[in-house]
Amino acid sequence: MASEKHILVALVANKPGVLNRVASLFRRRGFNIESITVGHTEKEGISRMTIVVNGDSATVEQVRKQLDKVIDVIKVHDITQDSVVDRELALIKVKTTSANRSEIIQIVDIFRANIVDVASDSLIVEVTGDEEKLNSLFRLLGSFGIREIARTGRLAMTRGIPAS
Amino acid sequence: MRLTGAQIICESLIKEGVEVMFGFPGGSLLPFYDTLPQYPQLRHILVRHEQGAAHAADGYARAAGRAGVCCATSGPGATNLVTGIANAYLDSSPVIALTGQVARPFIGKDAFQEIDITGITLPITKHNYVVMSAAEMANVLKEAFHIATTGRPGPVLIDVPRDVFVEEAEFHYPAKVDLPGYKPILRGHAAQIKKAARLINEAQRPVIISGRGVVISRAYEELRELAEKAQIPVITTLLGISSFPENHMLSLGMLGMHGMAHANMAVNEADLVIAVGMRFDDRATAKVSAFAPKARIIHVDIDPAEIGKNVRVDVPIVGDARDVLKDLNKEVITRARLDWISQMEAWRQCHPPRIVREGDDLIPQYVIHSICEVTEGNSIIVTGVGQHQMWSAQCFCYKKPNTLISSGGLGTMGFELPAAIGAKVGCPGETVWCVAGDGGFQMTIQELATVAQEKTAIKIAIINNGFLGMVRQWQELFYGRRYVATPLSGPDFVKIADAYGIPAMRVRTRLEVIPAIQKAMEHSGPFLIDFVVEPEENVYPMVPPGAALADLIEAPRTELVAPGSDRVSE
Ligand SMILES: Cc1ncc(C[n+]2csc(CCOP(=O)(O)OP(=O)(O)O)c2C)c(N)n1
Ligand SMILES: [Mg+2]
Repeated sequence: MASEKHILVALVANKPGVLNRVASLFRRRGFNIESITVGHTEKEGISRMTIVVNGDSATVEQVRKQLDKVIDVIKVHDITQDSVVDRELALIKVKTTSANRSEIIQIVDIFRANIVDVASDSLIVEVTGDEEKLNSLFRLLGSFGIREIARTGRLAMTRGIPAS
Repeated sequence: MRLTGAQIICESLIKEGVEVMFGFPGGSLLPFYDTLPQYPQLRHILVRHEQGAAHAADGYARAAGRAGVCCATSGPGATNLVTGIANAYLDSSPVIALTGQVARPFIGKDAFQEIDITGITLPITKHNYVVMSAAEMANVLKEAFHIATTGRPGPVLIDVPRDVFVEEAEFHYPAKVDLPGYKPILRGHAAQIKKAARLINEAQRPVIISGRGVVISRAYEELRELAEKAQIPVITTLLGISSFPENHMLSLGMLGMHGMAHANMAVNEADLVIAVGMRFDDRATAKVSAFAPKARIIHVDIDPAEIGKNVRVDVPIVGDARDVLKDLNKEVITRARLDWISQMEAWRQCHPPRIVREGDDLIPQYVIHSICEVTEGNSIIVTGVGQHQMWSAQCFCYKKPNTLISSGGLGTMGFELPAAIGAKVGCPGETVWCVAGDGGFQMTIQELATVAQEKTAIKIAIINNGFLGMVRQWQELFYGRRYVATPLSGPDFVKIADAYGIPAMRVRTRLEVIPAIQKAMEHSGPFLIDFVVEPEENVYPMVPPGAALADLIEAPRTELVAPGSDRVSE
């Protein structure tokens, strides 16, 4: 079966150790996490994890079921097939000289990204978007020299009816 | 009512119907132990090693069908529990493990005897807790018992910092739990049940494979009804043994690596496998790609994650074995499958179960067979791991529900003695035979002191082959008979028993076997028999590692003699 990226959304009880339980499960069963993000939800005491995993659908189904077994995990959805909005935020520190600064600013504008810090020999660019957009920006800025990248990992939400 | 954390634990245990716990004290547990005299209805059994406490709680849980409780102090006490907790986890046994922890201000400081036991046991517990205030205690205990005993049972660990035992809080035992992430499904999906019934009604050569889930949900009657109504032979996994009477016409015994030949052949030829409360462990399926090659598979399990994990399934049904079988029985039609049943009978004639080779030599199969004969099958058998375990599975005719207690998933040597103690404490009215390997017995031999102190009237049969027998068998068959690190010398088990004050005797010939077992049975307290058996006897049939169920090696046919039939027709 073909290996592909799946997006799992897990609603979990906001209790100490819950991230550890989830991460430990992935390690123990040999599943690979591509990215994981955690944050509060609209409901108090409930956090939301967005987990991107690589695997064929049988493996990912096993991941989903194993996650569901964790007592503190309230609900897990595989939203890969759904129509979703997915976003990631990245901070990129790019090397600059006075000669190329305006060219960089132009690229940043095209991507509707922001420059959030300016130093004499570098800039920090903040960009939000889906994976494709982020990757093209990395590629373009790469030619100027990238010092550092920080990425949040993907967040995803089903359009219309919420994954409750 | 304001109580201390320790008192809240005791009150909660009593509310949960706990009568006994197995444990070993230490610094962080001192305030807890100091509270115990206030609760004389809670019996505490002192073990000699915390592993024994966990296995005893496990044996108790399996025999009595309710949660078993063990406790250990922080640090080494807690880590000594780990093997026992893992064992309970893999065999879905409801064990509550209570551990002491260093006081809250010391947590995270690498204080004396501080160990992250919740981190260590994360992958081997169904759930675990650190109780950071006495106010949470009652709720944690309520949840812990609920989680341990419902759905697919399993161990739950509760870690309690020393100062939480003495902290006071208002005690109020909650009536119910609030666990939005934990809702076991009991009733099978109606449409799936209909689909399964259709497959069963259409099948020409169906078999049932019954696992420990049937024992846990006590679905004996429902399983029997299905088998009899639809005339389907019943095969069991190792831990499914005693979910169906083995003297029944439709019983084919155990499948798998050391399963009955006819059971393995039946799976190989079947056009439908109805798997109930079993998880397709590799010891049961052998080479999984060649498992039941002609069959469609119905899989009934309470744990959704088991479905589709190891084998492809045609009709999955998530639910409690008993509820699902009840519903299924309403949809299944009465059918005689004469061809299939007579095929089964023919295989059985060629490969009779529970055969014991004739002769003068003392072979282990004869010992197990004799325990069955003398007790008339009315005994709980608790085994260790290895050859004696497989002979216990093969040569005893299990007629009564829930009478085999064995370490299946983890295969823990040393399980036998403490688990037998737990089983006897849980079922004081039953005869309990501990069938031990001479190797495994030495791993938890110190629990003989527990047996003596508590006067636990278990009967111990050591199958003394002078070897780590199962490993030796593999060395013989697959490693050119090079017996590296498997020969065992001594000790004198009779003298050891004597030192603990437990009556014991040694048996070297067949003639002495039955009188010795009778003597053990007549004695009111614990009794140990050291059976010095043929050292190089092998377990057959055997499916070599990596081979398919159908490719089993059988014992040389000429040596086999079938005993009188103990089969009843139903
Ligand atoms: C704790 C543990 N260590 C090692 C093993 C590997 N092992 C499986 S069976 C066996 C031999 C058991 O010897 P014994 O208890 O004498 O039983 P026998 O096979 O001789 O009946 C060993 C070493 C195990 N299952 N458990
Ligand atoms: Mg041995």
